[in-house]
Amino acid sequence: MSVEHEHETEIYDPVTETPTSYLREGPDAQPPLDSPGYKSTRLRHPTEPLVYLPQTLTEITGPRLAPALGLQESDADLTRQHEGEPIGERIIVSGVVRDTEGKPLRNTLVEVWQANAAGRYAHRWDRWPAPLDPNFSGAGRCVTDREGRYRFTTIKPGPYPWGNHYNAWRPAHIHFSLLGRAFAQRLVTQMYFPGDPFFPYDPIFNSVRDERARERMISSFSIHGTQPNWAAAYEFDIYLRGPSATPFEEAH
Amino acid sequence: MTIFATTPSQTVGPYFAIGMPWDAGPHVVPDGTPGRIRIAGTVYDGDGVEIPDHLIETWQADPEGRFADLHGYGEQSQLEGFRGFGRCGHEGGDGTYEIVTVKPGSVPGPGGTLQAPHIDVTLFCRGLLHRVVTRIYFADEVQANASDPVLASVPAHRRETLLAQPVAGGYRFDIRLQGEGETVFFAV
Ligand SMILES: [Fe+3]
Repeated sequence: MSVEHEHETEIYDPVTETPTSYLREGPDAQPPLDSPGYKSTRLRHPTEPLVYLPQTLTEITGPRLAPALGLQESDADLTRQHEGEPIGERIIVSGVVRDTEGKPLRNTLVEVWQANAAGRYAHRWDRWPAPLDPNFSGAGRCVTDREGRYRFTTIKPGPYPWGNHYNAWRPAHIHFSLLGRAFAQRLVTQMYFPGDPFFPYDPIFNSVRDERARERMISSFSIHGTQPNWAAAYEFDIYLRGPSATPFEEAH
Repeated sequence: MTIFATTPSQTVGPYFAIGMPWDAGPHVVPDGTPGRIRIAGTVYDGDGVEIPDHLIETWQADPEGRFADLHGYGEQSQLEGFRGFGRCGHEGGDGTYEIVTVKPGSVPGPGGTLQAPHIDVTLFCRGLLHRVVTRIYFADEVQANASDPVLASVPAHRRETLLAQPVAGGYRFDIRLQGEGETVFFAV
């Protein structure tokens, strides 16, 4: 937690400091596409080796989507998108999007989607018999500020069953989509809640084999961010790939 | 300097359509842009069955080879309303996607080379724990393709999986995740 505050005032120029290439991660940094415990991967993982793509202008640039989406304040407050209030535990989810050098990524789009408090998605294919909430759609969007910070107000999602194996339940989670600054930084992940009893049994969470890497997907409860008589706060910082090499100091 | 570890990737799952697609997403260029084309195709799994729900994202230069970059890096596109980014999230069941765009120009490649016109593609779906990345090249750009440094690094017998084929109004580009005719995917 102290780490994230150390960086808060760092100023950098997003244009002149645009990395000309991004870190390539080792094979174990990300979950394997072939992950037998998660059955849907069976027919969907490529079997040929990936081909090395040099990072060209196409890979180190990225889109500006905020204007196209016409973002409104209610896009970041999932509890105020309908006439009434959704049922459940009101929470604030916030954090900073950084690269692996700790530099904040400003102006980048953060998108979330999630189940309601009962663990049901407002999606026509979700048919498990938990109640839908007419006041909760479960989707949010915002853009990070100049310090890389994002913030959503929402309802704590419930866990939900799925058909992967006997008695399979997803731990409660919020889906996160990060555009980053460049094509090379694109990330879709899931944010989990501390101490979820379903963690040991979930093949998606455990597809990330390194325990410390799994922990980076778990938010932390914050009493400081919690608002009296209003909402509990969870913090979730997200790290996207940073520059592959630190540029040389200019010779004097 | 402290180097932090990245946040791991997870699947988009079956319900991404709640949050990700938006109406104008597939429109990389606005209506009325000269030279507009449609690029469409189908995404197949290892059994050759259409994947009913998936999300395709595309990123490309304009016909002059210029990008509409977030922070204005490099020469910026002057094409009115050009976004350079397309997102098509389909869950309709027939496995298809479609974007409306313009054909990109050539973009500089590694070591002073020139790349053939191409579009970077990200595919997300249930059953993919992280995105897969491929590139759309154009089958009718024979000369440019022949000197493209990335295509040259792809085994010759697999290059065709990266070539969009001309059809009326645009191009067709199918994606096969596995098996016979498996699309070339890249490590970025
Ligand atoms: Fe989910």
